[in-house]
Amino acid sequence: MAVLVDITKCIGCESCSVACKLWNKLPYGKKKSRKQKEEKDLDDDTWTVIQRKRVEAPSGKGYTRFVKKQCMHCLEPSCASACFSKALRVDPETHAVVYIPELCVGCRYCMLACPFEIPRYQWDEPLPLVTKCQLCASRLKDGDAPACVSACPTGALTFGGRDELLTKAHAIIEKDHRYINHVYGEKELGGTEWLYISDQPFEELGFKTDFEDIPPSTYTHAYLSKVPFLAAAWGLFLAAISWRYYKKHKNDPPKPPTPEEETREAGNHGEGDGMI
Amino acid sequence: MKKLNLYRCYRILGWDFTVTPARIVLLCLAGLMACVAVVRLLTGFQYVTHLTDETPWGLWISFDVLCGVALAGGGYSTALLVSGFKVKKYGVVARSALLTSLLGYILVMAGLFLDIGLWPHFWRPFVSWGYTSVLFEVFWCISIYTTILTLEFHEVITERMFKWLHPYILKILPVLVIIGLIFPMMHQSSLGGLFLIAKSKMFPLWWSPILPLYFLISSFFVGSAMVCVESDLARRNYGHEVDSDIMRQLTRVGGAIMAIYLVMKIVDITMHDEWGYVFLGTMQSNLYCLEMVLGIIIPLIIIFSPLAYKKWGVLTYSWLVVIGVVMNRLNCVFTAMYKSGDYFPSVFEFAVSIGLVSAGCLVYGVIVENFNVLGNKRATQHHILQKTDLL
Repeated sequence: MAVLVDITKCIGCESCSVACKLWNKLPYGKKKSRKQKEEKDLDDDTWTVIQRKRVEAPSGKGYTRFVKKQCMHCLEPSCASACFSKALRVDPETHAVVYIPELCVGCRYCMLACPFEIPRYQWDEPLPLVTKCQLCASRLKDGDAPACVSACPTGALTFGGRDELLTKAHAIIEKDHRYINHVYGEKELGGTEWLYISDQPFEELGFKTDFEDIPPSTYTHAYLSKVPFLAAAWGLFLAAISWRYYKKHKNDPPKPPTPEEETREAGNHGEGDGMI
Repeated sequence: MKKLNLYRCYRILGWDFTVTPARIVLLCLAGLMACVAVVRLLTGFQYVTHLTDETPWGLWISFDVLCGVALAGGGYSTALLVSGFKVKKYGVVARSALLTSLLGYILVMAGLFLDIGLWPHFWRPFVSWGYTSVLFEVFWCISIYTTILTLEFHEVITERMFKWLHPYILKILPVLVIIGLIFPMMHQSSLGGLFLIAKSKMFPLWWSPILPLYFLISSFFVGSAMVCVESDLARRNYGHEVDSDIMRQLTRVGGAIMAIYLVMKIVDITMHDEWGYVFLGTMQSNLYCLEMVLGIIIPLIIIFSPLAYKKWGVLTYSWLVVIGVVMNRLNCVFTAMYKSGDYFPSVFEFAVSIGLVSAGCLVYGVIVENFNVLGNKRATQHHILQKTDLL
């Protein structure tokens, strides 16, 4: 299931982030131990946030836009591909990227892998978990929209099937020439469930726009799929060398046994200058 | 006043324990590490580390794990030459290289254990297979390889303890050696493979689709350099001399591989048209140039020039290569993904990394003094020989 964000309609009321906190039972308040950044950003208790962006148009006019930030729910998520204990995975029913805390080891490879830099860690906990938006997967299973979408008063967020929303997004862009002709999330890194349309250039709004159209896990798969064969070939090669060597030297006369050096001897022990 | 003699050797139940001033310092550092480790395990990351969401992997992963595994590559690269390709003359360093690798891997496991947040869950990947992850492969390979190394080292241990096991160990040794040559090749390269997925976040000079191959090659050539550094330390402390011709030839094998590495990097940069990044003059490109010149080009000049016939030449080469590879690993984690620079390791993070290395040095000392590792005989600290009348 997907969500379409029409940035032009967002008024920055933060209803969505409050709804997110309420539904996911996340506490309010600032973190004590971590330095807080100037700009509002995600943290382990804030899974979605509205960031205010000021865009200076070439005409000299300035525009204020509000950008909702949360997990993009990639179709081919890097985090799930990177998770070595399957704690992050794509929910087969809803296509949300969900987190199963019982399986997590806390290696934080997902955080390194995520191209959108979304997952946050509970740095203040003794046994910390990874946190991120889970697209309210439990609500989705009941047929509801995610909490943030349900709470949006301006219609900036639309929930639905991804193909249907893509068609809709392109229809909106076609109808109104003020929109940028680009649906962010349609092709980026193989596509994401969250789609954005905007009347201001995406790079000005803090979006990373130099992504390839293939998911980053492509490179990992290309590598990992070769490993077993290379390892097997390498093992056979080494075994063959050892076998040949053994055949060749099997009939060599045994070496005379070297006298057991039970007495302590340390060679030319006058020369050392080490201290360990 | 009689000067306090801190060089002592105690024999407890037939085992020798040497005390030197340096070892007392190392012991204190290891003790400090143990205290910090306990605090870390009980309270999480908040008091001990400076890790942030922007830099989820800090000093422990980059130094203890990435550098640790690379520097412990001495074991497999020597084993590959001696047991794989049957170049028997390098056998003199095989045992000490094996020991350094074993200790290195145990320290890597310790570092990893401290770095994972939910440490009581460390065994999860054994049952919940995230096989699409490179880390999954690394995790399995390092676990298996540490086991193999431990078994291989039983060849040395059973010479003194559990002697009845010795013939059996010798029988399975060829199999162990071959398995022990497959796994390190896999995970050395896979450590580079970890970064494949972070393409969009990395400075292009450090990212390449053949990053795993770079990691593999660099771990191979740093192996012989590390063996050389370690032999030098053993010579200083135990008077155990390795023939300098053998040392030079061994490092030259590494040097030749390093030349191939350099050529590959140059071809790679040319093919991807990245020369512009090299001379950008920014912090990232400058560090890249430093890494390549200091860690690759200067050592290559040293090792293939007459300087290699001087003892300090080989040693300088080795230290530069070791520093170069350490820089490369740190650069991959920090410099390549540098954003705001919020992260700098805390005192405690350094204390753990230093303490782990100290613990490794101490254990190395105890083992070489009690087992036949250096030159196939037991070693004795030369200060002990000079300053005590134990022998």
